[in-house]
Amino acid sequence: MLEIENLTVEVAGKEILHNVSLSVKSGYTTVLFGPNGSGKSTLLMTIMGFSGYKVRSGRILLNGEDITHLPVNERAKRGIGMMMQRPPNITGVRLKDLVRIAGKGKVDIAKIAEELDMTNFLERDVNVGFSGGEIKRSEILQLTAQNPCLLLLDEPESGVDMVSIEKLGAKVRELLQGPSHCAGWRERSGKAALIITHTGQILDYVEADRGYVMCNGTVACSGNPRELLAEIRKMGYQECIRCKLNQPNLVVENVASEG
Amino acid sequence: MASDEERRAREALRKAARFGDDIDLEAYSEGSRELAPVGSLEELPEDTKTTLLDTGIVPSGKGRAGNFLLMDNSVVHSAVMGEGVELMPLSQALKVHDWLKDYVWKAVRPDTDKYTAETYLENADGYFIRALPGAKVRMPVQTCLLLKDRNTKQYVHNVLIAEEGSELEVVTGCTTSKGVEKGLHLGISEFFLRKGSKLTFTMIHNWSEVIGVRPRTDVVMDEGATYVNNYVALKPVRSIQTYPTAHMNGPDGVCRFNSVAVAHPGSVLDLGSRAILNAPGCRAELISRTITTGGTVIARGQLVGNSAGIKAHLECKGLILSEKGVQIAIPELEARVPDVEMTHEAAVGKIAQDQVEYLMSRGLSEEDAVGMIVRGFLDVGIRGIPEHLKAEIDRTLQETDVRRG
Repeated sequence: MLEIENLTVEVAGKEILHNVSLSVKSGYTTVLFGPNGSGKSTLLMTIMGFSGYKVRSGRILLNGEDITHLPVNERAKRGIGMMMQRPPNITGVRLKDLVRIAGKGKVDIAKIAEELDMTNFLERDVNVGFSGGEIKRSEILQLTAQNPCLLLLDEPESGVDMVSIEKLGAKVRELLQGPSHCAGWRERSGKAALIITHTGQILDYVEADRGYVMCNGTVACSGNPRELLAEIRKMGYQECIRCKLNQPNLVVENVASEG
Repeated sequence: MASDEERRAREALRKAARFGDDIDLEAYSEGSRELAPVGSLEELPEDTKTTLLDTGIVPSGKGRAGNFLLMDNSVVHSAVMGEGVELMPLSQALKVHDWLKDYVWKAVRPDTDKYTAETYLENADGYFIRALPGAKVRMPVQTCLLLKDRNTKQYVHNVLIAEEGSELEVVTGCTTSKGVEKGLHLGISEFFLRKGSKLTFTMIHNWSEVIGVRPRTDVVMDEGATYVNNYVALKPVRSIQTYPTAHMNGPDGVCRFNSVAVAHPGSVLDLGSRAILNAPGCRAELISRTITTGGTVIARGQLVGNSAGIKAHLECKGLILSEKGVQIAIPELEARVPDVEMTHEAAVGKIAQDQVEYLMSRGLSEEDAVGMIVRGFLDVGIRGIPEHLKAEIDRTLQETDVRRG
């Protein structure tokens, strides 16, 4: 579904991503691990097409189409939807209006809002005065209405309290996987996701198929997400960096073998 | 006394206003004082009725406690339908109420500038509205000031009294008939809010590119009075300069000014609002949201704290949607005693790109995203507006061309 090929990206004149390649297959949930400042958010923002993230070289392909230079809304139209880490406040625009537009008027806003405990927020201005956890729920609410084929989630669990994370996790799972846990069903449903997680907590709620580790703006490693997470928890990201330095070809082989 | 007032007015006939372009009063012909009365607003021509509707005036008068229409300089209609309220031409009210002379020209001084002076000397008519003591007037009174003739100078003098404990809502629509080539509106409004009264006053300006507008409004507030002023100017106009002022003379008064305006190419809007907090416990909030699509906006605001324990906030925010547009925000805070809490917030600039792209990431086109942000921006300024007017204003907003130039 999504192919990132040798992507080099600069922000405010500074190169943040160096020659990043990865892929997200249709129906697969892919997680992106990495320490703070490793470029994970930059990668997602670049995939969504936000200005300020300048692609110096490389390509972004969605279902074979080169979308590297498409405007944000064209990417949304093609089925990419993103949960931002820090979305802007939009004073005067009520959340319910944005949800209605995201859902093209076809969703039961009251119902999905209730499921996310967001009923009282529908009349509020988008993100204005929302807590960290409320922002996450608001983003998931919008994404549920939008129902994209490729979800980009930037740390869905951060800042969410323990009670809400249960609900949020369930909603994310529903969004990604539909009612079934079966990997075969997921693959057929066509939903794919690229999820940034710093702590890996989201894996308690969401089945993931593949993991990548980003360090210093490059992909340091990839593999089974739970194994990667176990390693990271045990050894820390320093080990990933050291490992990558010692075996520079490993990642390239991994990416190549995915096709 | 009157002669002294008159002498001062005469001396002020050439006195330029403190703000705004100096308009040549000689360049306009005086609007007619002899237009025939109309029995009901529904008798008006269809296009005039549409014009009225655009300013929140319902020609049928349905759901209204009173109707008033000033056409050029003639009061052509005045009718009361509701309880607890008086509505008539000021000229008539002065005959009915002997005491009214103690109010007339007491809030606005005739020698403020040439516009007030000429309006005084021309003995202008306008509306007299009075909410009777304790009356909670259920439905709004609607008044309309219409410029009709090809080249007209309109003088208006309004007096409104909200008696002790009364509650009243007034909607004023100001507009221009098709075919007007040149016009000037001079409008004096003197509002008196007695103890514990509440007035919600909404003014919708739908003038046209050829009209100059110089309203002069002063509001005198007694103890515990509440004044809400909503001002909406979304259509093109040549020049407006106004600086309505609330004089909060009694303790625990509350006043709120909400203004939204769009300066189209060729429009100059010099819009201010001022609250003078003269008594303890008074609170004031002045909020303005302005947009330029090529015209000039000067958003002024002033809070004067003359008494301890007052609290006031002033907010002017302006969006620039065109390379040619100009936004000037001039917030002023003036405290004359130490124990006051006064704040202001002013910001002008273009729409934030991250907001536009955020909405685009939900599937909106860039143009629709900008439109949504702009309407949201203005919406903050009209949240205090009565529900029955919202639909009309929303429609005007939808039609307002807010594309980035």
